[in-house]
Amino acid sequence: MIKTGCFILFLLLNLSTLAADDPVEFSNPEMQQRYYELIDEIRCLVCQNQSLADSHADLAQDLRNEIYNKVLAGEQDEQIVAFLVERYGDFVLYRPPLTKNTWLLWFGPFLFMLIGIVFAIILIKKQSADKSVSTELNESQQQRLTELLEDDIQRDKD
Amino acid sequence: MIPELGHFALILALAMAIIQTIFPLAGAANGNQAWMALARPVARLQFLFISIAFGVLIYLFLSNDFSVAYVTQNSNSLLPAIYRFSAVWGAHEGSLLLWALILSLWTTAVTFYSKRLPVFFVARVIGVMGSVSVGFLLFMLLTSNPFARLFPIPADGSDLNPLLQDPGLIIHPPMLYMGYVGFSVAFGFAIAALLGGNLDSSWARWSRPWTLLAWSFLTIGIALGSWWAYYELGWGGWWFWDPVENASFMPWLIGTALIHSFAATEKRDVFKNWTILLAICAFALSLLGTFLVRSGVLTSVHAFATDPERGVFILVLLGFFVGGSLLLYALRAPSTIKGGQFRLFSRETLLLFNSILFLVAMLTVLLGTLYPLIAEALGMGKLSVGAPYFNAVFIPVMAPVAVLIGIGAIVKWKQDDYKRVGKQLRFLLLASVIIGAALSMVFFDSHLFRTSAGIVAALWVSFTSIAALMSRLKHRQNKLIALQTIPRGFYGMTMAHIGFAISIIGITITSQHSVDLHQRMAPGDRVEFADYQFSLEELRPTVGPNFTATEAVVSVVKNGVHVTKLHSQKRIYTVRNMPMTEAGIDSSLMRDIYISLGEPLDGEAWSIRLYHKPFVRWIWLGAIFMAVGGLLAATDRRYRLKVEKNKTALVEGNAVSLKS
Amino acid sequence: MLRYLLPLAFFFCLVIIFIYGLQHDPRQIPSPFIGKPAPAFKLPTLHAADIDIQLDDLKGNVSLLNVWASWCVACRSEHPLLVAMAKNRPLNLYGLNYKDTREEALSWLKELGNPYIESAFDQTGKTGIDYGVYGVPETFVLDKEGVIRYKHIGPLNQQDIDNIILPLINQLESPAS
Repeated sequence: MIKTGCFILFLLLNLSTLAADDPVEFSNPEMQQRYYELIDEIRCLVCQNQSLADSHADLAQDLRNEIYNKVLAGEQDEQIVAFLVERYGDFVLYRPPLTKNTWLLWFGPFLFMLIGIVFAIILIKKQSADKSVSTELNESQQQRLTELLEDDIQRDKD
Repeated sequence: MIPELGHFALILALAMAIIQTIFPLAGAANGNQAWMALARPVARLQFLFISIAFGVLIYLFLSNDFSVAYVTQNSNSLLPAIYRFSAVWGAHEGSLLLWALILSLWTTAVTFYSKRLPVFFVARVIGVMGSVSVGFLLFMLLTSNPFARLFPIPADGSDLNPLLQDPGLIIHPPMLYMGYVGFSVAFGFAIAALLGGNLDSSWARWSRPWTLLAWSFLTIGIALGSWWAYYELGWGGWWFWDPVENASFMPWLIGTALIHSFAATEKRDVFKNWTILLAICAFALSLLGTFLVRSGVLTSVHAFATDPERGVFILVLLGFFVGGSLLLYALRAPSTIKGGQFRLFSRETLLLFNSILFLVAMLTVLLGTLYPLIAEALGMGKLSVGAPYFNAVFIPVMAPVAVLIGIGAIVKWKQDDYKRVGKQLRFLLLASVIIGAALSMVFFDSHLFRTSAGIVAALWVSFTSIAALMSRLKHRQNKLIALQTIPRGFYGMTMAHIGFAISIIGITITSQHSVDLHQRMAPGDRVEFADYQFSLEELRPTVGPNFTATEAVVSVVKNGVHVTKLHSQKRIYTVRNMPMTEAGIDSSLMRDIYISLGEPLDGEAWSIRLYHKPFVRWIWLGAIFMAVGGLLAATDRRYRLKVEKNKTALVEGNAVSLKS
Repeated sequence: MLRYLLPLAFFFCLVIIFIYGLQHDPRQIPSPFIGKPAPAFKLPTLHAADIDIQLDDLKGNVSLLNVWASWCVACRSEHPLLVAMAKNRPLNLYGLNYKDTREEALSWLKELGNPYIESAFDQTGKTGIDYGVYGVPETFVLDKEGVIRYKHIGPLNQQDIDNIILPLINQLESPAS
């Protein structure tokens, strides 16, 4: 298992020698935060399924530099993201933008939730429509009691 | 000669599996006792043959037999013996053999612990499990034979993937497989119930402990994987929402729904169809995970070397087992007799919502995992769905679970009075909110809302769990005896719920309050970070059995007091020429300090990453609690064979005494 | 009865998606450039640092832009095919030498032959980023107006050339298009 994919790609495509892993420095903490958030949410194209922040590929380093310079130059997140999408497509975004193509993706979970709740309510309504339950409030307690007694008897036997 | 022995053992195992499928199932269909009686011995024989094959593969690895392709691809004469052992399941073929071994292990366990069950039923369970085994053994023999020879014989092997050369990875795959292959037992029981038409709640009672056991293994397996990723991948993350992780997480989510649904079905005879469906679903997701990981339809950091032909084979298996069982479900489920009744405000309702929420959570993960594929198939282009998406949608879906756990522990079966429950919970809710908010305000100064939300949820779950335990003791004279009479299952539930709370705390605080620093350091450099002083004492070359490394020695000081000395290595595994980071970690209950050595920069300096991760251990500690809870519940007295035997003996004894 | 079939129907949809998935490589990422004007560039040529080459030099003819590097193993398997292709027919083949050193790139061409009219020398990889390059070698087909019509990622093989690249060039060159 594990990572062989990335490793093989490394060999085949050769994006190449180990990257210089220079720490970046910001004088402005807001820019620094934006930089780290950006590289965390951009997918590296070489070692697929790693973010730019995690990837050791050379291209990832180049793109980190590119983003670093753009952040320093005062570009907004939207501009930087547009720059990357223009070149590599929506594929680089780990957070897919909300478009008509991703509508199902973003609202699907809440749709599932809604369906689930409706399903549950119908099921319960059907169950409790039967009035026969309502008279015996104590039956569950009775059952609990029997269980406990049984347990006690059993324990004595053990 | 020896590899052929392994190969031959596999073929024999396949023959056994075929017999194990055909005769018991046919025997159950037309009442042939002799055919049904074949089930147990043949299943055990199958286990024996797979064990022989497995043992042979271990031997081949330990003896460096590079005439076997799989050994050559995944081992090397310099590889330490313990990793040569774990390399057996280090890649596709061997891990498939492990899959088959564990499946037959579970089947064999069923042959021993099913003496009380009706003969027809056991025959069907073992037959169904045998058919799964046939599928996987055929898959192995036709597309992925671990014993295939290589010619000419290479002088040495190309080594095990360095990422797998780690103690965590020795036990992670076996635990994980014990978990999700373990769901095959519940699957076998569910199919047997559908086939036999005995859709009463008895099958739920029989398969519940098996499912709890498998769920506990899966919990541990996933936690081990997360822990391993945390220290081995070198960037301090513990969950990446990678397709492979999702593949193991989805069965866990449905398994969790299943063990709760079992409770309702067993105790109150409700949701019988629903539980059957969940049992099929849990195992279907195990198969789906196998497909996703091995077919190459998705890109993952962890993927096996993939091959479309294998993908087609697993898809056929998946289609057969899941399609077949869902068809059977559609045919048989409508005739289920309606079970017990309950009112809107009852434990049944809450359990129903619980399983729906977990189902929704699973569907969410499934949607996110497969969406790139769906989008492409619908011509919407390539896109990626990663952690930002999952974090955004998964947490809102799971949040109601935490709320419901608290209520569910208190509410009675069948029907309860919401005023009574409200009265009991009012105080606990208030206490959770006040204490939770106060704690986060005292200890943290940012992300206050999210932090307190997490802590409040965790406190709420713990307080209500403890309150439920207390209310069991309320009217008892002798509390100590009362404590002993509470069934183990109840303790298990309490423990698992508290484990859930512990994990919530770990996840919340780690994700909100971890800090890291990417720093250039040369020997002698010192840096202040997160109230600690880190000094790089030296950078020294080291050599391992199959790697060379640079090791950084970093001393950590807090307020002038020495805390620890950390060692982090940048290794180059010589055979594959692959770089790896060994992180240096100082862990305690309240925080981890984590350093990882980056790359050499100009001059003496290296890039180093420092992390401060508060409460990260709680994530896995919670998982341990959950797993132990599951184990306690699985071994509840009413499931244990001995007691059941006594009871039967007792009943029989009574019958005899009545007669005489 | 029908509602009991719902899980099966749902599963059926999944299987269809998987059948589709098995026939497609998840690593192939379609370029967002297809049908768009190629990004402008101006780089020194590989052979002479003081002579520039730019996108306009490629325009007017249907051209191929092949991204290569001497450190790239896969380029080695592709290169003889490019050499043969350039020999067999008139071809506007340009190279983009990506993140390489002049010395190594030139000796590589000397050793394996030079099919390119000229190679642009992209030492920093900036033009590579503008072209969305992520796996060398990559090959772009540009029409006469400099619009990107096709992109191939990874080494070309003979089938790719015979079945895709050459027919596309012929089609783009025909006056009708």
